Amino acid sequence: MKNMGIEYIGLSQIKGALVAIDGVKGAAYDEIVELKTDDETGTKKLGKIIEIYEDKAVIQIFEGSENLSLVNTHTRFTGHPLEFPLSIDILGRTFDGIGRPIDGLGPIEAECKRDVNGKPLNPVEREYPRNYIRTGISAIDGLTTLIRGQKLPIFSGNGLPHDRLAAQIVKQASLGDDSDEDLVVIFAAMGVKYDVAEFFKRTFEESGVLNHVVMFLNLANDPVVERLVTPKVALTAAEYLAFEKDKHVLVILTDMTSFAEAMREVSSSKGEIPSRKGYPGYLYSELATIYERAGIVTNSKGSVTQIPILTMPNDDITHPIPDLTGYITEGQIVLDRALHGQSIYPPINVLPSLSRLMKDGIGEDYTRDDHQAVANQLFSSYAKVGEARALASVIGEDELSPSDKKYLEFGKAFENRFVSQEENENRDVITTLNIGWELLHMLPKEELDRIDTKLIEKYY
Amino acid sequence: MNETYTGAIYGINGPVVYIKGKTKFKMGEMVFVGEERLVGEIISLTSEITTVQVYEETSGLKPGDLVYSSGSAIFVTLAPGIIDNIFDGIERPLKSIAEQSGIYISRGISVDSLDTEKKWNTHILLEEGQEVLGGTIIAEVQETKAVLHKSMVPPYISGKVISVKPDGDYTINDTIAVIKQENGGEYNLTLSQKWPIRVPRPFNKKHPSSVPLVTGQRILDTLFPIAKGGTAAIPGGFGTGKTMSQHQIAKWSDADIIIYIGCGERGNEMTEVLEDFSKLKDPKSGNPLMYRTTLIANTSNMPVAAREASIYTGITLAEYYRDMGYHVAIMADSTSRWAEALRELSGRLEEMPAEEGFPAYLASKLSAFYERAGYVDNLNNTEGSVSIIGAVSPQGGDFSEPVTQNTKRFVRCFWGLDKSLAYARHFPAIHWLTSYSEYLNDMAPWYDENVGPDFIPYRNQILAILNQESSLIEIVKLIGSDVLPDDQKLTLEIARVIRLGFLQQNAFHKDDTCVSLEKQLLMMKTILYLNERAKALIALNMPMSVLKESTIFDKIIAIKYDVPNDHLELFDNYITDIDNFYNEVLQKNG
Repeated sequence: MKNMGIEYIGLSQIKGALVAIDGVKGAAYDEIVELKTDDETGTKKLGKIIEIYEDKAVIQIFEGSENLSLVNTHTRFTGHPLEFPLSIDILGRTFDGIGRPIDGLGPIEAECKRDVNGKPLNPVEREYPRNYIRTGISAIDGLTTLIRGQKLPIFSGNGLPHDRLAAQIVKQASLGDDSDEDLVVIFAAMGVKYDVAEFFKRTFEESGVLNHVVMFLNLANDPVVERLVTPKVALTAAEYLAFEKDKHVLVILTDMTSFAEAMREVSSSKGEIPSRKGYPGYLYSELATIYERAGIVTNSKGSVTQIPILTMPNDDITHPIPDLTGYITEGQIVLDRALHGQSIYPPINVLPSLSRLMKDGIGEDYTRDDHQAVANQLFSSYAKVGEARALASVIGEDELSPSDKKYLEFGKAFENRFVSQEENENRDVITTLNIGWELLHMLPKEELDRIDTKLIEKYY
Repeated sequence: MNETYTGAIYGINGPVVYIKGKTKFKMGEMVFVGEERLVGEIISLTSEITTVQVYEETSGLKPGDLVYSSGSAIFVTLAPGIIDNIFDGIERPLKSIAEQSGIYISRGISVDSLDTEKKWNTHILLEEGQEVLGGTIIAEVQETKAVLHKSMVPPYISGKVISVKPDGDYTINDTIAVIKQENGGEYNLTLSQKWPIRVPRPFNKKHPSSVPLVTGQRILDTLFPIAKGGTAAIPGGFGTGKTMSQHQIAKWSDADIIIYIGCGERGNEMTEVLEDFSKLKDPKSGNPLMYRTTLIANTSNMPVAAREASIYTGITLAEYYRDMGYHVAIMADSTSRWAEALRELSGRLEEMPAEEGFPAYLASKLSAFYERAGYVDNLNNTEGSVSIIGAVSPQGGDFSEPVTQNTKRFVRCFWGLDKSLAYARHFPAIHWLTSYSEYLNDMAPWYDENVGPDFIPYRNQILAILNQESSLIEIVKLIGSDVLPDDQKLTLEIARVIRLGFLQQNAFHKDDTCVSLEKQLLMMKTILYLNERAKALIALNMPMSVLKESTIFDKIIAIKYDVPNDHLELFDNYITDIDNFYNEVLQKNG
């Protein structure tokens, strides 16, 4: 690099996390810069060029611009975009939001370095995901089956047990009983509370998987701009482990809402034209570059499965963050406050929940021949429960027709026996399906309009 | 060749690059940016600043890097090899990209749009001395088992053939004939031609279409049919089945060619189409569906500017096959992502936003796109059509947002997807009360003649029952269904039969996934016959509770599974069953 080592002294402007510098030569768009102050604090910071006009560069500082002044700052251009050093030794390690080790175990001896922005996967090199991951949770395995290589977010709200659910998935996730392939967990925290990060760490420790976990922590009091790269660094590590080291990688990203909030903050400080609710127009593209980094490719045995967690502001599923997420991800698991209020754990509202890849990963060859039919019937019958309840709230339960009354009973039982389970209860798929049939037994046979007559004869 | 010229980059902001000073670039010209020669397009020119939108990631570009001219507007290559292929948004074949750069798509890859080395077995239709015009078919190539490719004289070119090659194997760039133009110049005809993507290809005359695009999907063909050359929009929130509906139409519609544009959608979905369509067989010809399909994949994580272009690339390919006399259907999934790409670029250019940040020209761009559909007389006097089926992904599932509203103004078929139907797993989740088709009247004569004079009256009766149901449901919600009079209870029951037995269609069932118009007619007939007989019983004061003791209603619902598509004679048994039901009820309670 021709300008490596050249240091520019001073800045022309500082505004929030954005600084501008004049008179630079040969700086490239998206390049990483190192900034250092020459005062007694000797503050060191990293930044990224986000706009460049002739010799004027606008730099976004990851750690915020505190302590920088227009005269005390030495800026050096690195000549490359943000990179993350990779080797198999990252397993068991903990990093900060931009990929620097914070566990005191020293730097990573890198086998290679990768641009954290990644590159789009070529659709012809992808393999369509078909193998399911058993989570041991009935509402997921039975109705919104998680598939290897899928991106399946949890839509939650503040105060709902999404963390416990994610931890349970991590603990119980299994690639099937006879599989000896190893599962690696990558945990990326963006703007979460210290307790939450600690809870996950403890969970990993207790279940003895800590040396198969890579953690990236950007906590609530860490710099906001850093958050924008945390998921990218984590997914760079995931892609490396999956596609080069043949691991099955489960990526937990929490909380995507903080990520989007950080984008809005930075966008407005850049003076960009906002679209909905003040979020920048490229929120969709930006979320997509994260979520699309999941999947299976043709020449590798590994897979990247994503479980992003997001808290819906005001429990509103039409808010831009859950809305755009739902358009990109392959389904969603939606948690519900009313169910949580009835102490049902996990409080999964199955009706808006969905797994788009489920249809190809279940059935005779994978789980059992009646799986899809049972799932459809449970969905459809439970939708009717909602109608019966609405009616009951108007005319009173006593006035309901006998069939509606049966639906009310079915609804209660479905929530208490199928959805609800213990936090350490690991149900296999057959048990889940059998519970489903027991519940369907509560309804008259002719109400089962989504199941083939042959299957009804076999299992009813 | 055009003179090449360059400009030096002044500024970079995301996918937008600026060049300072007055340049020789032309508006809409394709350019190559930087050392890596990233593909870009000139989108505005002033005497101070030239603006380029770049179709690839711009990180690493520096002020001072050069921008090179190409001399022509952004174009696609049109020749054999398009079908059974998958391209990115600017017609670069993804398979060739994979050969060069592995599982990821790298930047600045230079590949030919189509294989220039492959020799195609060509049958040449020209004779020396023949006068040819733009559009004249000059040669035929069996492109895939299902598609006979007809190479044509490019539009606006004409003259007299002065030499012609014999039938044989030619590459797409070999000269197969030479013509002398009126101005005296010679022009070499090859199997290929180039066409700028933003310019509609010319035709002689557009006329209203009276032939439906038969999709095999009952709710579409019967209730809200689309014409060949028509336009339709499928709006719906996430999870309501937009993509699934598009896949079903791409699989089973009776178009000759399918162009599937994955615009800003999921990578796995494109992989699924690619895998499925290679395996699935066209019910008519027995060929794999890929043999009539072209995929354009610009997934959501691929560069946003190329996403904007992908829609135009797709429609230009479609028009090219239309010019050969084919009926082409385009699936654009999803036009909202395309509109968002416009918004994103408009934001980068700091243009004044209109509603929700979308640029003010959103409506005119949408209308210009949908107007490229149509049933036309081609330059070579064949007839062809381009039908557009655009998915719309309204934010929050709210149909009042700008993309849905503007799309509604320019399409004549509206298939509104409904969240509550999707939650109850009623698929296709197209809601019969919000959807409409303006083509129905134009096509009524076709249905009368080709399916049967009863089809349209039956269709209207079915829709009327569904509408009655919806007003009855309002009452039921307030006071329960027990208090309704028996004839209204029957309406609810028949509506249930229609919803479950007719509207709901199982895409994963081998018989139910695609249903002929004939079977659709017989299903309607059977349901309406049941309605008629049951009504007669109610008129004789038989209570609905007695009628419901019979299993006949559920039996009719199961017709879609129980009557295979090639055994339509079984419908006679159902008519007998309904008569028996009528007589039994009468005997027992009469």
